[in-house]
Amino acid sequence: MKLNRRLFMGGVAAGAAAATLATPAAHASNQGKPKVVVIGGGAGGATAARYVAKDSKGEIDVTLIEPTRSYYTCFFSNLYIGGFRELNSIAHSYGTLASEYGVNVVHDWAVGIDRAARTVTLAGGATLSYDRLILSPGIDFVEGAVDGWDVSHQNAMPHAYKAGSQSELLKAQIEAMPEGGTFAMVAPPNPFRCPPGPYERISMVAHVLKAKNPTAKIIVADPKDKFSKMALFQEGWGLHYDGMIDWIGPDFGGGDVSVNPDAMTLTIDGEETKVDVCNVIPAMKAGRICEIAGITDGNWAPVNPHTMQSRMDENIHVLGDASQQGDMPKSGFAANSQAKVAAMAVRSALTGSKLFPAKFTNTCWSLIDSDDGVKVGASYEATDEKIAKVDGFISQTGEDAELRKTTYEESIGWYAGITSDMFG
Amino acid sequence: MGWNRHITLSLVALFATASPSLSNEIGDADKGAAVFKECSSCHSVGQGAKNRVGPHLNGIFGRRAAGLDGFRYSNGLTRMGKDGLVWDFDLLDRYVENPKAFASDTRMAYKGLKDAGQRADLLAYLRRYSDDPGNIPEAAPTMAGTDHSVDAAILAIQGDPEYGEYLSSECTSCHQLSGDNDGIPGIIGWPAEDFVVAMHAYKDKFRPHPVMQMMAGRLSNEEIAALAAYFEVAGP
Repeated sequence: MKLNRRLFMGGVAAGAAAATLATPAAHASNQGKPKVVVIGGGAGGATAARYVAKDSKGEIDVTLIEPTRSYYTCFFSNLYIGGFRELNSIAHSYGTLASEYGVNVVHDWAVGIDRAARTVTLAGGATLSYDRLILSPGIDFVEGAVDGWDVSHQNAMPHAYKAGSQSELLKAQIEAMPEGGTFAMVAPPNPFRCPPGPYERISMVAHVLKAKNPTAKIIVADPKDKFSKMALFQEGWGLHYDGMIDWIGPDFGGGDVSVNPDAMTLTIDGEETKVDVCNVIPAMKAGRICEIAGITDGNWAPVNPHTMQSRMDENIHVLGDASQQGDMPKSGFAANSQAKVAAMAVRSALTGSKLFPAKFTNTCWSLIDSDDGVKVGASYEATDEKIAKVDGFISQTGEDAELRKTTYEESIGWYAGITSDMFG
Repeated sequence: MGWNRHITLSLVALFATASPSLSNEIGDADKGAAVFKECSSCHSVGQGAKNRVGPHLNGIFGRRAAGLDGFRYSNGLTRMGKDGLVWDFDLLDRYVENPKAFASDTRMAYKGLKDAGQRADLLAYLRRYSDDPGNIPEAAPTMAGTDHSVDAAILAIQGDPEYGEYLSSECTSCHQLSGDNDGIPGIIGWPAEDFVVAMHAYKDKFRPHPVMQMMAGRLSNEEIAALAAYFEVAGP
């Protein structure tokens, strides 16, 4: 279902000219194509752009706004830190979306949204009009969430929770740790992107240190008393990295933390520790553009589960981490799943295509050590109130090595599958 | 060898639900020896048995699926073996009943043995050549068999490929449209009937795999038909 290559040189200008059109129906009478603008080219946005363009067969103009030319997936970035993947193997470009699907890819920041006029303003100065806007901006960090840290400290104390240069930095710091040094992580409170992510990362850091620096220590300060796949991770840590990882939950002050990026110290429950690497993963909120658009309630953007439409503006759909939808975790798989529901709803609204009932799925694989993969997943349906969990499964403790290896191999197959589903 | 319980698959399900403890009786092994003649053109069992067209069946009870070194198994059975499938009475019973429903790409070119009594006899016979014949491994309750044979009326449903295409987006988060087979099997271009049988086998928890049981479990008959109609003609 590949579209012929189409030129979109005039797309921005044509979009601006259409800004005064009031409703999709007006397009038909004016021979203009309906316009969809997607902000954010990650798991949600790239999938949505691809599906709207692919399935509308040229009836809808799709513009994707994404600042970076190379997108690094957050999923599998821990495997890069652990040495299981090259960084370039998790990098994706937007060439296929443009050439095969006719998506107009604009590398710029969206800085303003005028909901009344239905326009998006870019940092470069351009203004794009839309009939439907899809927001998939991912996460930003809550200011002041970790005492002593703000984004200006992300070089001294990386978050590495947006993949790419931050992942490279964290990996380099781990590899440069002195013998017997200390790696610390400040884990985030719920809800946050990729619930098993911090703990897979700890596993990957331990994997690297076990080989290169076996007397090194790992401290995790965690404000949560339980976390995703906890039993599986703790079993794996005991099995593979016995004695290396010290997980400090809220009962032992894991929620009472401050950092000093200049002195490279971490203070837990009043007790200061000198650390060599400090991975600060602060509390999260929807990408800032959601606040700018005025569609957030608290930290996140609430949506209608049937269509992923904002509860505050039916011309805007919000996907993935930024959305507040109910039971689904904030994951790349979930964003991809939600994007397909939104793409269908957008096409239906703009071109009258069939609207089928929303279905959602998620599976999260995590790697604990070489060939020791685990997974958790669930299926979901839309109710009027929320995206509600229907059924689920999780890997079991004590599984044999063969099954864990198969699970890891499955995750590699999944990565290839979902990234081609996102980027074409 | 006075084992003499002839059971149907639906009885297995009932027993498994009510109580995990099943009796050790299987069937009449002497009668099973006669049934085995049908299998013996490809399989050997007993002293000196070796792999032929099919793998030898000594020690099949308790063996991991695709568990013999040096025998080239189908991808499907190999994957099941890696997933941890170990042959027990219930699983062998299902496989022999309808090999294609159990593993679409099985190289066992056998249409299946519908008579539950004959299967019980056959398995009682094979059980003689596995370890510890008095202690028959039973299926875990979650693996309880259900009658998986797909009703002709279900197979006859004409799926809507447009609906199938929409639903397929749930599949393509993992299964690649390129047909790539690494880690996760390719599913494009499957004959619709094989697709429907396989999906119902997961839906009925006849085939083991937690993700696929979950995915298939929430699909209606019409949705499975729609997916089959779409994937049959989908190409890379």
